[in-house]
Amino acid sequence: MKGSFKVKSGLAQMLKGGVIMDVVTPEHARIAQEAGACAVMALERVPADIRKEGGVARMSDPDLIKSIMATVTIPVMAKCRIGHFVEAQVLEALGIDYIDESEVLTPADEENHIDKHPFKVPFVCGCRDLGEAARRIAEGAAMIRTKGEAGTGNVVEAVRHARAVNAGIRKLRGMNHAELVREAKQIGAPVEVLAECQKLGRLPVVNFAAGGIATPADAALMMQLGVDGVFVGSGIFKSEDPLKRAKAIVAATTYHDRPDVIAEVSAGLGEAMRGLEIPAIPKDELLAARGW
Amino acid sequence: MPLIGVLAMQGAFAEHVRALEKAGARTRLVRTREDLEGLDGIVLPGGESTTMTMLMERVGLLEPLRDAIGGGLPTLATCAGMIVLAREIADGMGDQRGLGLLDIAVRRNGYGRQVDSFEAPLQIAGMDGKTFPGVFIRAPLVERTGDVEVVAEHDGHPVAVRHGRITALGFHPELSGDLRLHREFVRLASGSR
Repeated sequence: MKGSFKVKSGLAQMLKGGVIMDVVTPEHARIAQEAGACAVMALERVPADIRKEGGVARMSDPDLIKSIMATVTIPVMAKCRIGHFVEAQVLEALGIDYIDESEVLTPADEENHIDKHPFKVPFVCGCRDLGEAARRIAEGAAMIRTKGEAGTGNVVEAVRHARAVNAGIRKLRGMNHAELVREAKQIGAPVEVLAECQKLGRLPVVNFAAGGIATPADAALMMQLGVDGVFVGSGIFKSEDPLKRAKAIVAATTYHDRPDVIAEVSAGLGEAMRGLEIPAIPKDELLAARGW
Repeated sequence: MPLIGVLAMQGAFAEHVRALEKAGARTRLVRTREDLEGLDGIVLPGGESTTMTMLMERVGLLEPLRDAIGGGLPTLATCAGMIVLAREIADGMGDQRGLGLLDIAVRRNGYGRQVDSFEAPLQIAGMDGKTFPGVFIRAPLVERTGDVEVVAEHDGHPVAVRHGRITALGFHPELSGDLRLHREFVRLASGSR
């Protein structure tokens, strides 16, 4: 049997403890794999450039995606717009390994996300808190990530979102069923998903950090906050020495509880991406606000 | 109670820890050569074999691990772990080389990409006749076997092989909820002292 939820969520379990890197060319993909990435995200522009250039951001050219798939042996992910189920169908037809229904692209539907259950290919979706994570899981997401604020090189939003998910789950502890139903109503989450979170003491699917991770210490910070792995978008290929930085972020993710190792790999990396202060971004340009 | 190490470079190591503890073992995450000391067995989990191998090389864990397993440490390898143990790797990354301790040739992602990942019941030799739930995720395809015993096949290809104290599986018992293979491994490790 192909495409069961077990094999869809199972691939995410194989990615745990690893780093998924944004790449825009086959050459980037090769560097990412050489550095130890556990998967790559094939894109036309990294979030920092999408933010700078503006305009409607859509699914990448299938030729680009195919050339990246042909270059590496690790899983290849690609993004579709929120609610754009035809872009998702196209990505599935290309044989992509994971679809990111992503707020980094311009949303195609301002009310509905994709019904992800009928797809054989698994989906990862962003969230800012437990309610949002639970809604995406109910729609069939096999993996969750924080939204953070992509393309900023600023980890503050990813921290906020990871802590919000943790706090949301902590709050469920000791609730009886009636209280769980009330909580579900308040945070707009399906009660079945909350009951599972309560039982497990964590999200029922793998949960990565994303959005603003730029340094080895950023990656280790997110791991120590309890996420299962990290996405690094603009942070690698917008830095001075991508291969060296990528290797350092991979090592810091595995050895996230070893400050001595993080110190060693953080030395002499050259300049990180420039980075943006969140309050300097106009409210309507915040990517994390997309998705419902 | 035996102490089983679980290689924790990257991948589904926490799932193995849970299964091993339910099966009656103590566990230790293995990230440095020092972590190998005093183990009764080791699990090489699923994940990305390129990521795991490169990290082990960088931190000087690959050679000590090869010595330990080559020296008879009971080993359970799943999916990427099987690739890491294999003597020949096809469709790997460039010059991907692993431990080379198991006389098999594997093709990475030999069953296809993620959309071809599947579940299938397996008949495993010596296992009370009841099938085992096989969970295959971007699994390696065993294309050749040499000095190993094949203990399970699917569609005419070996999916579980054994050699001495090494058991290598192309599928994921740690995701199946079935503890029989972990229990058997814990028994083997208990007797290794």
